[in-house]
Amino acid sequence: MTQSDGTHSGSDAGHMVNGQMVTVDGTPLKASLKRAERKRTLIAFLLVAPLLTYLLISFIFPIGQMMWRSVDNPQVVTTLPKTLEALDDWDGEGLPDEPVFEALAEELAIASANRTVGQLAVRLNYEISAARGALMRTSRSVEDFEPPYKEDFLDAHRLWNDPAFYRIIKREGNPLTASYYIAAFDGTYNEDGEVVLQDENRRIYIDLFIRTFAMSLGITLITLLLGFPISFLMASLPMRHANLLMIFVLLPFWTSLLVRTTSWIVLLQQQGVINELLIALGFIGDDGRLGMIYNMTGTIIAMTHILLPFMVLPLYSVMKTIPPSYVRAAKSLGATPWTAFWRVYVPQTLPGIGAGAVLVFIISIGYYITPALVGGQSGQMISNLIAHHMQTSLNWGLAAALGSVLLISVLILYWVYNRLVGADSLKLG
Amino acid sequence: MAVPTYAGPLERIWYYAFRVLCGLIFFFLIAPILIMVPLSFNVEPYFTYTREMLTFNPDGFSLRWYQDLFSSESWMTSIQNSLIIGVASTLIATFLGTLAALGLSRSEMPFKGLVMGLLISPMIVPLIISAAGMFFFYSSVGLANTLPGVILAHAALGTPFVVITVTATLVGFDHSLTRASASLGAGAGRTFFKIQMPLILPGVISGGLFAFITSFDEIVIVLFLAGVEQRTIPREMWSGIREQISPTILAVASILVAFSILLLTTVEVLRRRSERLRGMSPG
Repeated sequence: MTQSDGTHSGSDAGHMVNGQMVTVDGTPLKASLKRAERKRTLIAFLLVAPLLTYLLISFIFPIGQMMWRSVDNPQVVTTLPKTLEALDDWDGEGLPDEPVFEALAEELAIASANRTVGQLAVRLNYEISAARGALMRTSRSVEDFEPPYKEDFLDAHRLWNDPAFYRIIKREGNPLTASYYIAAFDGTYNEDGEVVLQDENRRIYIDLFIRTFAMSLGITLITLLLGFPISFLMASLPMRHANLLMIFVLLPFWTSLLVRTTSWIVLLQQQGVINELLIALGFIGDDGRLGMIYNMTGTIIAMTHILLPFMVLPLYSVMKTIPPSYVRAAKSLGATPWTAFWRVYVPQTLPGIGAGAVLVFIISIGYYITPALVGGQSGQMISNLIAHHMQTSLNWGLAAALGSVLLISVLILYWVYNRLVGADSLKLG
Repeated sequence: MAVPTYAGPLERIWYYAFRVLCGLIFFFLIAPILIMVPLSFNVEPYFTYTREMLTFNPDGFSLRWYQDLFSSESWMTSIQNSLIIGVASTLIATFLGTLAALGLSRSEMPFKGLVMGLLISPMIVPLIISAAGMFFFYSSVGLANTLPGVILAHAALGTPFVVITVTATLVGFDHSLTRASASLGAGAGRTFFKIQMPLILPGVISGGLFAFITSFDEIVIVLFLAGVEQRTIPREMWSGIREQISPTILAVASILVAFSILLLTTVEVLRRRSERLRGMSPG
C-alpha cells in the first residue's frame, strides 16, 4: 500500500495529508505499519527467546566449552612460565644450559607445594610416556637440589638426559595445542618434531573411525533393504490395512532402547532362544553354539532392528504420495514390470531413500549404548572410545578432540539431510 | 493390491513371495519385543523357553520376577526417579517448546532457519557429546549428581520434539480464525486460549509425550550426570545387563513394552484427532 493508490483513501483508518497517507492520529501510514510490523517481530522473537536462552546456556555453551578442551593447553604455560622463557634461548640441540634448570627447579618446587605438578605430569605424559614418573619423582626431591641444578636433574631421572623431553616442553608451552587432534588421527611427533603416523601396531583411531563409518554404512544399507519392501507394501495397501501394519513399525520405535537391547541379548546369547532353537531342530550340535552376540554381528543385528523404523517412516511417507498411475502408464506403454519399477517407481522414491539413509547413518555413527552392551571387542564404535577417555583414562582433551571430529561429521551430514528434505519436513510418528 | 485376474503364474509367484518376504521383515521387527514377555513369567532363572513353558504347563510359569521387582528397593527408587525426572523435564520442555513453536511459526520471525537449527540441535548432536559437554558444565555449576541437574538436561533434550510437533500442527493453522476472533472483540489472550490452544493441543500433548519418552528412555546423560541417588530405570537396566543379568530385567522390560503400547496408542489417537480437527483427512 504505497502512494500510488493514495488517491483512493476512502477507508476510516487513513486519509491524505500532503500527498501522504496517514492514520487517524496523524502518523504516516508507512511509519505506522512499520511500527506494527516491528512489534510483531518483537513478539515472535520474545516467544522464542526463553527456549533459545535456555538451550544456549544449558546445551550449546557446554558443548562449545567441551570442544574448547580439545585445543586448550594451559598446564605447561601456567606452571613453567620462566622455564619456557629460558628455553627460548635454547637451540633445540643437546641439553639446555643452567638457566633452564634453575627456572625448572624453582617452578617445580612451587608446583609441588601448591599441588599443580600432578596436572602438568599427566599432561606431559600424553606426549611421552615416562614424563609422569620423571616429574613426580623430581618434584619430590627438588627442594634439596643445589646449584648448579643441571647435574641434580640429570641424576634425578633418565628422561632429563633426553633432549626430546625439552623439545616437548617447549612445544606444549603454548596456550593452544594441536596434539589432541594429532593423536585423534593416530599421529605423533617424530625426532625432528614433525607430525607422522604412529607405528602400525599403535594405530587405533583411524581404524575405529573407518570401522564406525563402515558399520554405519552397512546398517544403513541393511535397513534400506529391509525397509523398502515393507514401505512399498504399506504404501500400496488400503489405508486401513496399512495403519494396522504400521503398528509393527511404531511399536519397536516406541519401545525402550534398553528393552530392545535386552531382548537381543536374550535371543542371541549362547544359551539364548535362537541357539536353543537351532539345537532343538538339529541344525547345530550342543558344542557348536553360534557366537552371535558380544561382537560386531550382534551390534549390527541389534542396531538394524533399532534403526529400521527411522528408515521406514520417511520412505513410507514419500511412497504414499506416489500416484500408482505412473507405473500403470509405463506398463501400458510396454515396459516390463521390472523396467516400470526400476525406471519409473524407484526414482520417485529417491527423496525418501535419501532422507531415511542420512537419518539412519547420522544416528548410527554416534551410537553408544548398544555397542557398549552387545558389542564386545569388535563391535565398539567411536562413541565408546570417547566414553572410555571421558570416564576411565580421563584424557579429556583427547575425548574432546574425538568428539569434535564426530560432531563435525554429524553436522555436515545433517546439512546434507537438510538440503535433501528440509528440517521443516522432519516428521515424528 | 490383490493379484489382478490377468496376472500370469510368474506374477502370482512373485506376488506371494513378496508377501512372505514382507511378513518375515515384520516378524523381525516385532518378534524380539514380544518373545521376552512370556520369558518374564519363567519359573527358572533362564533366558530360554523351558519344556514346561512350551507345553503350557502352569508349573512352568510364575510371577516370581515381578515379585522380585516390586520388593526390590533399588528398582522402586529407580522407578520413582524416572517418573519424577520424566514429568518435571516434560513440563519444562513442553512449556518452553510450545512458546518457541508459536514464535517460530509467525511469518515475522527473524533468522528462522538459524533459530530452528539451534532449537533442534539437541536432537542432532550425538548423545555422547551432549553428555560429555553437560558433564563438565553441570559439574562446574554444582548440578552434577543432583536431581535438578538431570531434569534440566533432559528438558533440553526433549524440547526439539515439542518444537517439531507443535510447529507441524501450526503449519495448517488458518490465521483467519484468529483475525475473526479479534474482529469480534476478543483480546489476544482470549483468542489464544479459546481459538488457538484447542487446535494445537493435540500437537502439544504428543510433543510432550515424545519429550517424556525421551527422558524416560534416556541413559547416556544419566550415566554421566547422575549419581547413585538419581538412578533411573534405564540406568538400573544398564547395570543389570552389565553385571548380573537376571530375569527381573525381563519383568521390567515387559512392563515397559505394555507402557509403550499405551503411549503409541495415545499418540496415534491424538494425531488422527489433530488431522481431523484441521480438516486434513476425512473421518
